[in-house]
Amino acid sequence: MTVESFDPATATPASGVSRREIIKSVIASGAVVSAGSILGLSGCSPGETPAAATSAGGVERLISLNVNGKVRRVDVMPQETLANTLRYKLGLTGTKLGCDRGECGACTLLIDDVPVYSCSTLTHNVRGRNVVTIEGLQAADGTLHPVQQAFVEELSPQCGFCTPGQIMSSVALLKSNPSPTRDEVRQALSGNLCRCGAYDHYLNGVMRAAGRV
Amino acid sequence: MAYDLVGKDFTPPDIVAKVTGKAKYSEDFRVEGMVFCRLLTSPMPHAKINSIDASEALAMPGVIGILTADDLPPVQAPNKPILTNEPHYVGEPILALAAENETLAQDAIEKIKIDFEPLPYTVDPLQSLYPGGPNARSDGNVAGRGSGGAYVKETKWSARDFASAGEGQLPMGPPQDEWQYGDMEAGFADAAYIMDETFVTQGLSHHALEPRSALSYWQNGKCFVHASCQSQSFPVPFLAGFIGIEAANLVFVAEFCGGGFGAKGTAYTEMAIPAHLSKKVGRPVMMRISRAEEFFVGSARPGFQGRIKMGFRKDGRMLAADLYIVQENGPDVGMNDYVSAADAVSLVYTPENMRFRGIPVQTNTPPRVPQRGPGQNQIACAIEPLLDKAAKELGISRLDIRTVNAPNNGTIYGPRKGKVTSAYLSEAYAKGAKEFNWDERVKQSGQRNGSKVIGVGLGAAYHEAGYSGFDGLCVLTPEGKLNIHTGVGNLGTYSHTATSRVAAETLKMAWENCEVVRGDSRKHLPWNLAQFGSNTSFTMTRTNYVAAMDAIAKLKEIAATDLGGAADDYDIGGERVFAKADASKFLTYAQAAQRAVELGGKFSGAEAPDNLNPMTKAATAGVAGSGLVGVAKDTLAKEGSAPAFATGFMQVEVDLETGKYEITDYIGVADCGTVLHPMGLAQQIKGGGVHGIGLAGYERHVYDPQNGLPACVGLNQSKLPTILDVPSTMGAFAVDVADPMNPVGARGIGEPVQGCAAAALLSAISDALGGHYFNRVPIMPDMIVNAVNGRTQSHTPLQVNTY
Repeated sequence: MTVESFDPATATPASGVSRREIIKSVIASGAVVSAGSILGLSGCSPGETPAAATSAGGVERLISLNVNGKVRRVDVMPQETLANTLRYKLGLTGTKLGCDRGECGACTLLIDDVPVYSCSTLTHNVRGRNVVTIEGLQAADGTLHPVQQAFVEELSPQCGFCTPGQIMSSVALLKSNPSPTRDEVRQALSGNLCRCGAYDHYLNGVMRAAGRV
Repeated sequence: MAYDLVGKDFTPPDIVAKVTGKAKYSEDFRVEGMVFCRLLTSPMPHAKINSIDASEALAMPGVIGILTADDLPPVQAPNKPILTNEPHYVGEPILALAAENETLAQDAIEKIKIDFEPLPYTVDPLQSLYPGGPNARSDGNVAGRGSGGAYVKETKWSARDFASAGEGQLPMGPPQDEWQYGDMEAGFADAAYIMDETFVTQGLSHHALEPRSALSYWQNGKCFVHASCQSQSFPVPFLAGFIGIEAANLVFVAEFCGGGFGAKGTAYTEMAIPAHLSKKVGRPVMMRISRAEEFFVGSARPGFQGRIKMGFRKDGRMLAADLYIVQENGPDVGMNDYVSAADAVSLVYTPENMRFRGIPVQTNTPPRVPQRGPGQNQIACAIEPLLDKAAKELGISRLDIRTVNAPNNGTIYGPRKGKVTSAYLSEAYAKGAKEFNWDERVKQSGQRNGSKVIGVGLGAAYHEAGYSGFDGLCVLTPEGKLNIHTGVGNLGTYSHTATSRVAAETLKMAWENCEVVRGDSRKHLPWNLAQFGSNTSFTMTRTNYVAAMDAIAKLKEIAATDLGGAADDYDIGGERVFAKADASKFLTYAQAAQRAVELGGKFSGAEAPDNLNPMTKAATAGVAGSGLVGVAKDTLAKEGSAPAFATGFMQVEVDLETGKYEITDYIGVADCGTVLHPMGLAQQIKGGGVHGIGLAGYERHVYDPQNGLPACVGLNQSKLPTILDVPSTMGAFAVDVADPMNPVGARGIGEPVQGCAAAALLSAISDALGGHYFNRVPIMPDMIVNAVNGRTQSHTPLQVNTY
């Protein structure tokens, strides 16, 4: 019943599957929940629900997203956040929601190589941009990205919930600054909370990865 | 002792999933036909619900159903209900509503009309104890777990009790609990220095980064729950109880947990909401919990308003301690932190004479549950700075006053005169002092650099760290693999694997031939204690050891049966069981496992020992026939409680103009017996250090006493330490002396590594200020600025919920 067998990477127009077939396949696999299904759970009081969301509301529009190097066609509501599109419509649950209000950084991903909080980014605003999530880092042959590998070697994660965000911030840093100082890494990760307090091990991981990217 | 696996680093089997995003936490599961629920929570700190009108909501297309307290069996007060018609705190769940999508569910919630009748409330225990003060509950203001189970009652102190306390000192009316040993009067009479100090420690949230979202559905008479839980086997009977089913009919998946820190130690009531709702509406229900909701239902650590009188000999030895704690206990049964705090004082400082009195008082704030070092870490924050003050008054070093009072292997502590399995706190102080270069560092105390001044500090903390009596299960397969089944859980410490490796070590298996089986109750998991209370390292090395020893006994019996002689004639090694006299007479483990399948009975798991827990018996039946089954209950000797101790050493630079400080260095030292997993231990010491910095310097509940509303819901308000609030590098060390009551010498450590860092920060800040003691946590920058300028603080000495 769960969708562990569903591989979103294959369900793209590029693979020659029609949109109708994609929709059928994802419905069958349960990967997609009904349109407009997810609130922006902002943590604010219920009264602050965006007006556009009323009556399961807003009008969905079919758009193309470039996610992890693949074009994905997806119906998106005007007020929908990128985190929710990825998690609930594209089956990419590696992007975590810790706060859904721009405080914790667990939902960090890359848009044109810049780290952003996907809980605070509207999906409609990333049309035509390159979105890279944690699922997009591993090579096709399974080889881990140098940051992922270094995080394994340094035992960087504890509970692991903030880890995808820590990794995406680290990858962004090393793209712009391949040889950062330890303090530069601290600054780069300062938007990513870790309640387990694994900061020292994350820093060690990024410093280890720095020589390898 | 030399080990092949124990004490060595390893790559945890679950870590690659964490770095690739493949790890599935509870909100990452999808089920066909899944609907969403939203909670309607209380807007008031205490109210009675006269009526609920959900007709308009239920008439909305796409709304599927509603669950209220009336749908659930009543809960015996003062235990925490799943849903309630008398909410006791803002944010308490009143009802859950399911709809085709979450937006619709929220919209429907807005249409529900509830007639609330406001009731008296309080966010300050002393206010409730005052004559005529408000009670947080209709049935009383003092609740907890006593020897006779949960109780609730009303206790008021007299105006005389309050008046006689003295200005700014804690009044001490009739307590709920008390104990005493020794001769208090004689202890104080012999003292060279006596202090009598009132202190406040804050209530604060756990704020695990993963909110407690849960997915539940029913299939073939079984209830499936995907939940965020620190533990795997232990919660099952409790959650089954909340749902109202037999434990055997619950499928519980908790392979990954995004942090718990005590608040997800075992089953909690919110886990049962989607299960009940799913049963009612006949659809799978996903309950996503928002960050704000997690603040409310995610529980909290109780704060203390306390007072301690301590008498010291000239050399710093603590002759007498008289402790009183008023605990803010939240709305329901709460937690016995105040009792644990007293035990900690008795053990960490071994006062020759001691009295404890305490009372838990209900408040209309989030429920109080264990949080990392429940009781022990609050009291470390209160007492450790006072030790510094006593050392200063007595003219001795802050290190010496701790060492002279430290417990050892012969220490007897607490009201029950308990023993410890072993204790090396003195060694942890000595190791920390050496690694930190304490003697040189203290010479920098008070050095100025512009507006900044250096302070150095140290601290210690304790938690009981290990239990016995749980079960171990492992299977040698005919393919020559060892499957180690563990029901312990995945708190994020990797101890599920660190402790499982003891089974491999005992059986002398190559680690690459072993698999840790865990994370889903369908995987035939044994009855193990929850992953809380720093206990895993001690408790589950024992269970895995006895399971492996059972497997070894069976290997030898099978060898004797097939190859002749007696079982004692055989030994194991190289994944073979062989004759001691002639190593060419052997069976490989794979061959022996195949023979176990053929022999059946106890060898294959078809029969299991009677003393196993029913869950382990069922697990054994589940693996029966798949190989040679090692299964046993831990009946190994255990005399005394297994303690975990940690010491922390910290250096800070306090800016006297702004009250901000930078932590320039921190090291922690663990006394946790044999080190099982060096990198895992380092993670705990450093991560606990970060958590401790939050406890002492940042985090707190802020509740408005006029309206009972919180002002600290968000992460940035609460506020958790970021990477910029903690040192860039931290040091981790261990005493590494084996505990005699554990087969590999291990004890736990997870909790005191927070308390020692918190205490070290308080100690360092006070040192930088030349010996100003705040008697309060957290220390905020405005408090430092006030202290530096000799101004009165903006809070009164006993005030709680300060901003």
